[in-house]
Amino acid sequence: MSGPYLRTPGKGRSYDIFWKSVFFLGLFATIAALGWATNQVDYVWRWERIPDYFYFEKDIDITASMDGSISSIKKSGENALIIVTGEDNQSEQYEIPFSDLQVYEGDSIFVGDTLGIEKKWTMGIILEGLIVTLKVSAISIFFGIGLGLLTGLARISANPALRMTAITYIELIRGSPLLVQIFIWYFVLGTLINSLLSKFDISQVPPLWFGIASLAIFAGAYVAEIVRAGIQSVNRGQMEAARSLGMSNFNAMRHIIIPQAFRRILPPLAGQFISMIKDSSLLGVIAIRELTKATREAVSVSLQPFELWFLCAILYLILTFTFSMFVQYLEKRMVQR
Amino acid sequence: MIEVQNIYKTFFVTHEVQALSNVSHTVNQGEVVVVIGPSGSGKSTFLRCLNRLEFADSGHIYIDGVDILSPKTNINKIREEVGMVFQSFNLFPHKTVLENLTIAQTVVRNRSKSDATEKAMLLLKKVGIHDKAGTYPAQLSGGQQQRVAIARSLAMEPKILLFDEPTSALDPEMIGEVLDVMKAVAKEGMTMVVVTHEMGFAREVADEVLFMDHGMIIEKGTPEHFFTNPEEDRTKAFLSQIL
Ligand SMILES: Nc1ncnc2c1ncn2[C@@H]1O[C@H](COP(=O)(O)OP(=O)(O)OP(=O)(O)O)[C@@H](O)[C@H]1O
Ligand SMILES: [Mg+2]
Repeated sequence: MSGPYLRTPGKGRSYDIFWKSVFFLGLFATIAALGWATNQVDYVWRWERIPDYFYFEKDIDITASMDGSISSIKKSGENALIIVTGEDNQSEQYEIPFSDLQVYEGDSIFVGDTLGIEKKWTMGIILEGLIVTLKVSAISIFFGIGLGLLTGLARISANPALRMTAITYIELIRGSPLLVQIFIWYFVLGTLINSLLSKFDISQVPPLWFGIASLAIFAGAYVAEIVRAGIQSVNRGQMEAARSLGMSNFNAMRHIIIPQAFRRILPPLAGQFISMIKDSSLLGVIAIRELTKATREAVSVSLQPFELWFLCAILYLILTFTFSMFVQYLEKRMVQR
Repeated sequence: MIEVQNIYKTFFVTHEVQALSNVSHTVNQGEVVVVIGPSGSGKSTFLRCLNRLEFADSGHIYIDGVDILSPKTNINKIREEVGMVFQSFNLFPHKTVLENLTIAQTVVRNRSKSDATEKAMLLLKKVGIHDKAGTYPAQLSGGQQQRVAIARSLAMEPKILLFDEPTSALDPEMIGEVLDVMKAVAKEGMTMVVVTHEMGFAREVADEVLFMDHGMIIEKGTPEHFFTNPEEDRTKAFLSQIL
């Protein structure tokens, strides 16, 4: 979006340089103060451990599943083939990386004894949380748009049943806190739905979907108001021209009104979904291990709260920033056509 | 072709406005009717009742014998045959000039894209802007936009065209080009109802002129009648202002 915008008149170059320096000085002072404060309480920063929360080599114990003794260890490439022979001459074979072997030939073995360790690259808890947050957000945005569009159209419909349903939905959702709605979805509707399902022997709905439902339905109410405002902002002559050409209300909406409204809707819509990505952090309260809950769990075992909480915030920032860049790209493409 | 019998229309906003009261008129096929009258006299309301953009409160309106105020009438079918040209053009700004002309043809008339394009190019040539087919309406002058709007209506091959002050939003030097297009359409036998104060246009192509005031048709007659010996005092007063 270019064009003239409101700005106080410039006051010259040296004025600019001075106050920009003030800004950067302030920024550095804040960071320095934070560093000083953590130093005072002897906090040890260990940023080098952070990558482990994304992807790390996990040790997996390989244990014996029968009593007996190691009858042979043979090398095969990088691995060792271990044969365990039991009392009645039954035998079992295990393959373990040679370097992490913990037994010798002839050792007696009992069920559950560790024979060796296999190392395996595994996703860390923060990455897992990030993926859950992404997934929840993407699905909620998808349904939020659909629901919001339908509700927005119903809101301005001539049919009183549609209009009143839309108004009731919008006011109900916008009038109560999201956290309470999440609890209602999980503890009230979730319990109800899952109890009914189990009564009819159908498999249960996992909490994730109640979380998605609460976010999508919450966002849908706001999107509906954005859609309504967008549609009403299109000059009413557009509708009259389309209808005068014999188009039905539906076709006029679809080909003439909504495409024009969509362009104006896009910026507030993006804002709404950015809030929604951030609001997904509340889902931890119903046992969905999204980014915030994952961070809390990581903090409770690692004792590295400073790095992890900063990391968590930065990850949200990256998500929302990427999203808003994507929307800006869409917007530009539409203006250029 | 158009038969209007005793229609009334009242608006309620802050107070009651009687926009039309007991209006009756018949327009025959191929006739051009020009409607004049002071601001707020109900000209637009009258015109908009003819394609049901405004729903008359009482009375009857027959288009080609079909009662358009009957709830059984499919108004979209009627509007396919009754085109309208607006004072503010109302072109679709997100579509090219060509798409403005093809969209209703494909969506409403179910024409193929190539048939619609062919028809559109023919009409654009006729109104003299075929070289602008790929541009967007915002890049055209007012006169060009209004000509596109007329072509857009013609693309539906309507039997009747309604014009609501098609030249009042235009700079004076562009009025002529739009009126020329309208005259050409009239000469081809289109049935037209035109709200305008362009008396030169009325004199040249109108079969009948209606003078409206306070929601009523005060005087009807040929253009000649209005220029030479209007009867009503209000008509005389109005004409002395615009001539
Ligand atoms: N949608 C509406 N809501 C309320 N009042 C209206 C509406 N449309 C028209 N009116 C009123 O009805 C009366 C007739 O209006 P109309 O637009 O038909 O007049 P007009 O002769 O076309 O005037 P103009 O030359 O200014 O276009 C006016 O008093 C106007 O304020
Ligand atoms: Mg008018």
